[in-house]
Amino acid sequence: MNRFFNVFLGGRSGLIGLLVMAVVLFVAIPLTLDVFRVNLVAKYLSYAFVSIALVVCWGHGGILSLGQGVFWGLGGYCLAAFLKLEAAGNIAKEATSDQLKALTTVGLPDFMDWNQITELPWFWYGFKSLPVTIVLMFILPSLLAYILGTAIFKRRVAGVYFAIITQALAWIMEMLFVTRQGWTGGINGITDLRTMLGWDIRTNSAQYILYFATCILLVGCLVLCRAVLNSKLGRLLVALRDEEDRVRFSGYDAASIKRFAFVFASAISALGGAMFVLNVGFMSPKLITIEPSIYMVIFCAVGGRMSLIGAVYGTLLVQFGRTWFSEEFPAMWYFLMGAVFIAVTRYFPNGLAGIFDDYIVPLGKKFTHRKPPTLATGGLKSVPSVTTVNSTGN
Amino acid sequence: MGNLSTYALGVEHLTVSFDGFKAVDDLTFYVEQHEVRVVIGPNGAGKTTLLDLICGKTKATSGSVMFKNNELLGRPEQNIVKMGVSRKFQTPSIYPKLTVFENLELSHPTGRTVMGSLFFKRTAEIKDRVEEVAKEIYLSDFVHTRGELLSHGQKQWLEIGMLLIADPELVMLDEPVAGMSVRERQQTAELLRRMCNGRVVLVIEHDMNFVREIAHKVTVMHQGKLLAEGSMDEVQANEKVIEVYLGH
Repeated sequence: MNRFFNVFLGGRSGLIGLLVMAVVLFVAIPLTLDVFRVNLVAKYLSYAFVSIALVVCWGHGGILSLGQGVFWGLGGYCLAAFLKLEAAGNIAKEATSDQLKALTTVGLPDFMDWNQITELPWFWYGFKSLPVTIVLMFILPSLLAYILGTAIFKRRVAGVYFAIITQALAWIMEMLFVTRQGWTGGINGITDLRTMLGWDIRTNSAQYILYFATCILLVGCLVLCRAVLNSKLGRLLVALRDEEDRVRFSGYDAASIKRFAFVFASAISALGGAMFVLNVGFMSPKLITIEPSIYMVIFCAVGGRMSLIGAVYGTLLVQFGRTWFSEEFPAMWYFLMGAVFIAVTRYFPNGLAGIFDDYIVPLGKKFTHRKPPTLATGGLKSVPSVTTVNSTGN
Repeated sequence: MGNLSTYALGVEHLTVSFDGFKAVDDLTFYVEQHEVRVVIGPNGAGKTTLLDLICGKTKATSGSVMFKNNELLGRPEQNIVKMGVSRKFQTPSIYPKLTVFENLELSHPTGRTVMGSLFFKRTAEIKDRVEEVAKEIYLSDFVHTRGELLSHGQKQWLEIGMLLIADPELVMLDEPVAGMSVRERQQTAELLRRMCNGRVVLVIEHDMNFVREIAHKVTVMHQGKLLAEGSMDEVQANEKVIEVYLGH
């Protein structure tokens, strides 16, 4: 029990950080915002899965993936494919609907019909079943990450070269999904998703339920990430980031450990993509290209790339800022985003979590003369005394 | 060939060529069991490259490195480590963001696979071993200090400790006392003497007093080749060695 407390929840400070976040997500947001905004937050939070995945593989492991949106998007596409087949089935049942009359092959997704595809492609068969879809949703992105990770890490490609390759991956995936229109819905993506196993996902109550489901899964992933970071593997990632040769010459296969972090991060990201599809009702190739992937890195950097909880706040803050600012000053948004990214990397390398640790925690200490909670995830912090407590597991 | 050798480490005709430049050129020498061998030589003689070749960091062009009758060349680095070969780098390479405890723990030879490290448990046995090694390397009071906060000499000791905790059979040290104070040098010499007990040790060093203190035998390298070999006194009296390295 004690071990569970330390490993998964990150000890007392980690638990308080988690509880504060839980209050914000489960109480404050649903009580203060209307259903439209709650749905918006759910959409934002589906990106937070990628942010926390980046904390693991980039912040701790030093593996900067500029194509994390690809894995997010693959997860989303898998679930969207399932929902699309269900939608097509629903249309087939409504014998009088106009949509039905417009189709030549009933029961196929509309975009396939428009592309003169008359039979369901073999790789779509799995998406007829929800359990198979859920398995594929994790397996496909993980497999891609595994293959890519093997090819890259075994050859000892790292740093900026790795970032460039992953960025190219994002572009390649976008091209693939846009050009294979009959299989993927092309530039429009997979749209018009309404029900899951007969349950209408567009009603107000469904949107609340999906919001809470997103929050629960996010907290679950966060606790899982924390367990990984608090394990010896988490410390190995930090060691690899700073002194890869030393790790290798201590008898570890560095490539396997990096590959694990990359695959793990892609599986968590994929779940986020699936939650996005449920909350928003579509998936499009515009979401898996370079730009969203770079946003994801910015969310993580603003929140603090060493802090899991910080990354969630960073994701929310940047996206709220984006929504508000692009409504008020649409032309200025990109400049502001660029400025924020430069400012964060230049002046606050540990992001929001770093600001909290450096300014708010000492302030709290001044008033209470006690050790207040910190946002950071354990393992690595700017406060040496806290590091000591966590790292020895006392 | 075919006979089991009596030496522990046998380097034979070892050659590595970087675009035609032979950093190590047809080098042959043997190190006995329990021997402390110091390799000296002027800058660019190929000493560090020699260690790189033995531990697998650099791939040799030709030749052979036999350790306890096993060929080391051609194996991945981590497998060479698992055969009991440990190496310390010239600049102290420790994990700056981890504590001394964590640095040593990561170097403990348990849970080296992905799953092994994921489900690794900090047992009392490992804790004791870490404390023991920390004491050995004079860092008992710094167990919970992050690596980056240590002094230069302490970092060197920490890295030596990281080798020690894996209980290697062959230890290779690249300039272990570079940048240390006189007092630290003495402590390091003591540490190495204790550590060498029962192990094969290969050390690169420039500090002649230090070399005299620890070496059983000295190998002098020059331009990738073996220049001289023998006891410290023999080597210091060698005309060729005086010419290229020690000076008149």
